[in-house]
Amino acid sequence: MPKRYVGQAMKRKEDPRLVSGTSTYVDDVVLPGMLHMAVARSIHGHARIKGIDTSRAQRLPGVVAVVTGEEVAAHCGPLPCAASIPNMKNAQRQLLAVGKVRFVGEPVAAVVATDKYIARDAADLIEIDYEPLPAVVNPEKAMEPNSPRLYDEFSDNIAFNFGFESGNTEEAFKKADVIVKERFVNQRLAPLSMEPRGVVATYQMPDNELVVWASTQVPHLLRTQLAVMLNVPENRTRVIAPEVGGGFGAKIDVYAEDGLVGYLAKKTGRPVKWIENRRENIAATIHGRDQIDDVELALKKDGTILGMRVKAIADLGAFYSLFTPMIPTLTGLLAPGCYKVPALKFDLVGVLTNKMATDAYRGAGRPEATYMIERIMDVAARKLEMDPAEIRRKNFPQPDEFPFQTSGGVVYDSANYEAALDRALQLADYKALRRKQAELRSQGKYMGIGLSSYVEICAMGPSAAMPGGGWETGSVRIERTGKVTILTGASPHGQGQETTFAQIAADEFGLEPDDVVTIHGDTARIPSGIGTFGSRATAVGGTAMYFAVQDLKEKMKKIAAHLLETTPDKIEFGVGKLVVKGDSGRFMSFTDVVDVAYNAVKLPPGVEPGLDATRFFEPSNFTFPFGTHVCVVEIDEETGEPKITKYVAVDDCGNVINPLLVEGQVHGGLVQGIGQALHEEVVYDENGQLLTGTLMDYAVPRAHDFPEFELDRTITPSPVNPLGVKGVGEAGTIGSTPAVVNAVVDALSPFGITHIDMPLRSEKIWKILKGRKAS
Amino acid sequence: MIAQNFEYTVATSLGEAVNLLQKHGGRAKILAGGHSLIPMMKLRLAAPETLIDIGRIPELSYVRRDGEAIHIGALATHHVIETSDVVSRHCLALADAAGLIGDIQVRNKGTIGGSIAHADPAADYPASILAFDATIVTLGPKGERLIPASKFFVDMLTTALEPNEIVREIQIPLRSGKIGSAYLKMAQKASGFAICGAAAVVELNESGALSNVAIGITGVGNHAFRATETEKALKGQKPARDILKTACEKAPAGVVALEDIHASADYRLDLTRIFARRAVEAAIERAG
Repeated sequence: MPKRYVGQAMKRKEDPRLVSGTSTYVDDVVLPGMLHMAVARSIHGHARIKGIDTSRAQRLPGVVAVVTGEEVAAHCGPLPCAASIPNMKNAQRQLLAVGKVRFVGEPVAAVVATDKYIARDAADLIEIDYEPLPAVVNPEKAMEPNSPRLYDEFSDNIAFNFGFESGNTEEAFKKADVIVKERFVNQRLAPLSMEPRGVVATYQMPDNELVVWASTQVPHLLRTQLAVMLNVPENRTRVIAPEVGGGFGAKIDVYAEDGLVGYLAKKTGRPVKWIENRRENIAATIHGRDQIDDVELALKKDGTILGMRVKAIADLGAFYSLFTPMIPTLTGLLAPGCYKVPALKFDLVGVLTNKMATDAYRGAGRPEATYMIERIMDVAARKLEMDPAEIRRKNFPQPDEFPFQTSGGVVYDSANYEAALDRALQLADYKALRRKQAELRSQGKYMGIGLSSYVEICAMGPSAAMPGGGWETGSVRIERTGKVTILTGASPHGQGQETTFAQIAADEFGLEPDDVVTIHGDTARIPSGIGTFGSRATAVGGTAMYFAVQDLKEKMKKIAAHLLETTPDKIEFGVGKLVVKGDSGRFMSFTDVVDVAYNAVKLPPGVEPGLDATRFFEPSNFTFPFGTHVCVVEIDEETGEPKITKYVAVDDCGNVINPLLVEGQVHGGLVQGIGQALHEEVVYDENGQLLTGTLMDYAVPRAHDFPEFELDRTITPSPVNPLGVKGVGEAGTIGSTPAVVNAVVDALSPFGITHIDMPLRSEKIWKILKGRKAS
Repeated sequence: MIAQNFEYTVATSLGEAVNLLQKHGGRAKILAGGHSLIPMMKLRLAAPETLIDIGRIPELSYVRRDGEAIHIGALATHHVIETSDVVSRHCLALADAAGLIGDIQVRNKGTIGGSIAHADPAADYPASILAFDATIVTLGPKGERLIPASKFFVDMLTTALEPNEIVREIQIPLRSGKIGSAYLKMAQKASGFAICGAAAVVELNESGALSNVAIGITGVGNHAFRATETEKALKGQKPARDILKTACEKAPAGVVALEDIHASADYRLDLTRIFARRAVEAAIERAG
């Protein structure tokens, strides 16, 4: 049967409820007798807590309970970290600070009251007596032996060392005609989902079931962790992720407030709600990036790469959140990018500083890798006087070399890097752009063209590489009326799997997408699961669902074959029916087969009633989407302001279920990646004070910052899963950042500029224009 | 982000609002569009005991013209000013400024009276208000007072308003002749406020020379100011590019520039030169 829906640009089934405002977010959950929590937070980057006086808060009418660190630590476990690196220091945090605070925004005390206004006032009445301590915010200074220490029990602030070498880098560098080196800094970013975090919990008689509504990407994982943290049986714990207004990785983590709300619901016997405000969101939801990479690349004079050395410093912040130590290690896996790098040495040091913890933010360790390899490729091209497109082309592995074992230690599944590069250059009219650039330069105007050829790691992932497992579940049930219900362990929150899974299932069963409903985000309805992150929901969750669909198709074929007096291998699915191959007059309608399955009178021997299947899919490898982006910038020669005048993105995410959704993901990804290149930065001062604590100071990119994106695709199916899909949630973010920086550096190359650190604020460029004369 | 507890009262006239201010003796604040005050309250940087809402006084959102001036009621929203034919015809720089404030939601609620009374050093209006030699009409316990724009913006978040005084109207004198005006800014990327905003009002004589130039600058110093040295240097000059450029070198004369994570003082000073010139050029273009 030809595909009728997979590959079609269908509008999302999710959209009507979202655009009409009728969906339910955590803050829409209102329960009888519900209390509201507010949190008193550290105003210091680093301080000892000498005492906490809660008496004034306790006396405020409407306040039900006030709790501090010792009490909570006695009843609740610490914040979980699922990642582990050999010999790493255990920088675990209690839900509320005990003894010391280590970053601005760290929860110190919590109050519940009958309304959120009283709770907020009461939090202000909690008097915390601090003895401020010297803060460390610069990771290189934090590594110095005489640096103030975050943890008295540790000898220094170095959380761990991690590294590997593949191939012989020493020899590679000895043989090199040219060695280029540069320091690349990935500044700290705030993920900033539109909906901040939020939690509601009840723990009530008769069953003492802990029910938690949370804005999370990983309801099952949160359920397990909360059960352990709060000492509630897991089978009496239920987590519901209602509509989730964006996560970008930051809602994978298990946060102090999740545990506090649960604990306070247990303690008071009343439902408790906490909704994060934007200041809390910037201060106390995980940050992304914050990595320094000293990169050296050894090349032959024809541009062939011989080896690469990376010394990376990851600023982890003050403690470990769920995956904190693991994220920067992903940078090593992807360090070679989409090039043949025969020898690679990667050394990483994770450092503790007085800032919020870093963790997975859209891209999570891979943007850092892509940024450094794509920047150093441009540095090398300039040194060798090669065109940036040609040096890239020269080092690509060819399509017949896949699966391709990299020196980063992973096996790229499939690719045709050159095809994507060529398409991007063609779409951008690269040669004409270079001509225009030369012409503008002769007029004293600065236009730059930046390329980025990226590969990234998606469909996370094989369980061996994932703390807590990398599988996903899919359950498919055909109801008695012939409608299809899909239960997925992936927990989409904007990615659109309610639509794409319906497209896949409709094509498989010969039904309409409207016949299919996809349920997710409730541990009481979905037997088990992991969640949505690492561009995995379709590639891993979709595949589990696909296998469950195949199980049901096989069963339906058996039933139809029995009644049509043939064998199952002779039955195929048509639109609304099961047909005997080559004999279109012999068929049963889909619903008739479903009837037989449930009425259970005419079933073939050995076939159980019902149509319900569950599958766990364990991927054999990651998938590796790729592409090439071309960015064109013009620089205001007086103010330095860079303006993106053209942006071309050619992405290859394997087979495409719904091009509309792929484009949406690419658009969003580009905006976040370009936001890092141009505007975004979490800034702490030397005392650990957060200077970008509101959206008046933290610059989020806006629609008017961008030209119309010009998108296209190449399609190289992944062999890792039967859908041939790779994932596209993070590709735009990963590919775009270096394209923008390469463009700006290219524009300023007449000034001898080889690198500028992000964000590329106008003033940085203005300084260059002021300070130097163009050669 | 929840404000501290406060009382809320609605004033039905400005006179009543002045009486209420007096009654509360410094513990009350006037609420108009709320787009400066409410965020400060939610961040708990401001905690007035009482809000006196003047936003429902109907006759205060006018934009009209008589023989001598444009009269803009304190409650005219940015959107009203941005789209007003009268403003666009006679003081286009003010419409430019209104259109560059925040986003459409802010422009639909925020008012010119509230904005100038708040006197954010990076607000857009003050540059134009100064360049047009506007007059601020206020109402206080002693009645009405006319304050020239040059005396109005005193310091960061500080105006010439007395404690119990309220902005009632902004008057912009009508001019005849070949007049052009423009407001341009470099916006701070997060807030959209001006890192540097420049408003220029020019008058060309019959020979095409600049018979009058007024330049207001915002976002650079503690409060908006006039680039008087540049104005003097340009008066009577033919507007050639090098003359404009040289004259605008003096645009920041005398100002102590602000410095923060978004821009250094030096950058703000140079932007002052650049945007002063660009604003004058744009104003000349419109006058021609």
